[in-house]
Amino acid sequence: MTTITPYDVQPGDKVNRGDPVTVDRHTPFVRVNHWTTAITLILLTLSGLALFHPSLFFLTDVFGGGENARALHPWLGVLMFVSFYGLFFRFWRACQFAAEDGRWLVKMPSFMVSGDEEKMPEVGRFNAGQKMFFWAMAFMLIVMLVTGLGIWDQYFFPYTTIEAKRILVLLHSIFAILAICGVIVHVSMVIWERGTLQAMTRGHVTGGWAWKHHRKWLRELVLGGRS
Amino acid sequence: MAFEFELPNPNTQNPQVSLSDADLVRRSASSVPEPAKKLTPVAKLIDVSKCIGCKACQSACLEWNDKRAEVGINVGSYDNPTDLTPEMFTVMRFTEWVNPESQQLEWLIRKDGCMHCEDPGCLKACPAPGAIVQYSNGIVDFVHENCIGCGYCVRGCPFNIPRISRVEDKPKAYKCTLCSDRIAVGQGPACAKACPTHAIVFGTKDEMKKHAEARIEDLKSRGYKNAGLYDPPGVSGTHVMYVLHHADKPEIYANLPKDPKISTVVEIWKGLFKYAGLAAIGGLAAISALHQVVSGANRVSRTDEEKAKRLTEGGNP
Repeated sequence: MTTITPYDVQPGDKVNRGDPVTVDRHTPFVRVNHWTTAITLILLTLSGLALFHPSLFFLTDVFGGGENARALHPWLGVLMFVSFYGLFFRFWRACQFAAEDGRWLVKMPSFMVSGDEEKMPEVGRFNAGQKMFFWAMAFMLIVMLVTGLGIWDQYFFPYTTIEAKRILVLLHSIFAILAICGVIVHVSMVIWERGTLQAMTRGHVTGGWAWKHHRKWLRELVLGGRS
Repeated sequence: MAFEFELPNPNTQNPQVSLSDADLVRRSASSVPEPAKKLTPVAKLIDVSKCIGCKACQSACLEWNDKRAEVGINVGSYDNPTDLTPEMFTVMRFTEWVNPESQQLEWLIRKDGCMHCEDPGCLKACPAPGAIVQYSNGIVDFVHENCIGCGYCVRGCPFNIPRISRVEDKPKAYKCTLCSDRIAVGQGPACAKACPTHAIVFGTKDEMKKHAEARIEDLKSRGYKNAGLYDPPGVSGTHVMYVLHHADKPEIYANLPKDPKISTVVEIWKGLFKYAGLAAIGGLAAISALHQVVSGANRVSRTDEEKAKRLTEGGNP
């Protein structure tokens, strides 16, 4: 039997033998951290898009008016940044790219159509798509924070010129759109791959789910002596 | 002979209000129906060559708008306050300029304030429906009950005019209204009324252009060969215009922009990208939904569960 050195197993990952087999994937702390990030992101999207396009200004009603949306948005942004980086420092090692990621990406388009995962290389705790989303969000949130602080007039108005503020607000909106697009794909994949959402709600997945989508991770847990 | 553009004293008997929402030609983050009839475009003409820097216009502005500017300090020039503020909608900017041709010191005094652009950058940038409006006579006005204090107008303005008040519990943007409330009842702006030298004149835009022509001719006859009208075409003209003795160098008048126009960055942000961004989000959401339908759910099979079970039990899956 081959021995596997686990490189992306997280503390708390655990196979529970039984029928069916379940695998603990996300600790309660990670789940709270994830949903804090998700909720702040949704609120940021609503308040941000409201000021982005006139047809969406009505979304400010969620916050009790335009003034509240405008005032809350930057604070939510700081909260989301801190929250996401909580996840970042937990997962950055597990999101290092591995040898199989390149092959996985090459085969990904046909997999997206067929859904036939048997033809895909076995992947660890995260697949290449998840890793790309992770690193893209890490980068985009830094851009969002820096550009966001530069246009936070309440506290930082004197520190940037008006010409700089014009460029910063454009960059802020461009990266916001990119981040929203990333999240749409993220959510879409969770819906498509049934049984995924429960990892973030109940914290565990079924053994079959781990076998199908993250077989290398399951092998690591079983054969790496960690279970 | 009385001055041609002397402003009348207010009519206190049954004043007719002639400026309403029916006269709007633009409304921020929303649209307005084409007005049934358009008002005659108005303009304020500021003849810089006639200004004596007395600041009566500043006082009249504070008085009419019921604002009080903070008592300032001397900064080495007569500029006071040193910049526009949420309370002070107009300031005289004093420049001591040595004319390189004549070696003469020229004291240039420009009354700064909102230019009431025909193509207003503030209005284009504003995300709050109805917070900035433009009337068919050319007046660009801020409607404070709709303002959310975001400062986008500050980014949109090519003249650096709007100021955000942070004194009140809710920040709001402020600038010169061209005394829209006075003009609505047939009067002229308070500053024009107060100006003792008729350096500030108010009337229809055509009248003001004609008046400016005569002034420019006079200045040229007295050696100011580059005298001219400042009505910048980059913002489709303005409803506050200047007569400048050196119209070829507007920047010597405390950095009056030579060719002001709405920044390309703002045009992209509030033009093309506004639609491209929503299209990207909508398009991707549609593709994602389509993908769910076409490819069907990606479900974990019974075989997967059995194989996982065999693996965990040490068997060969």
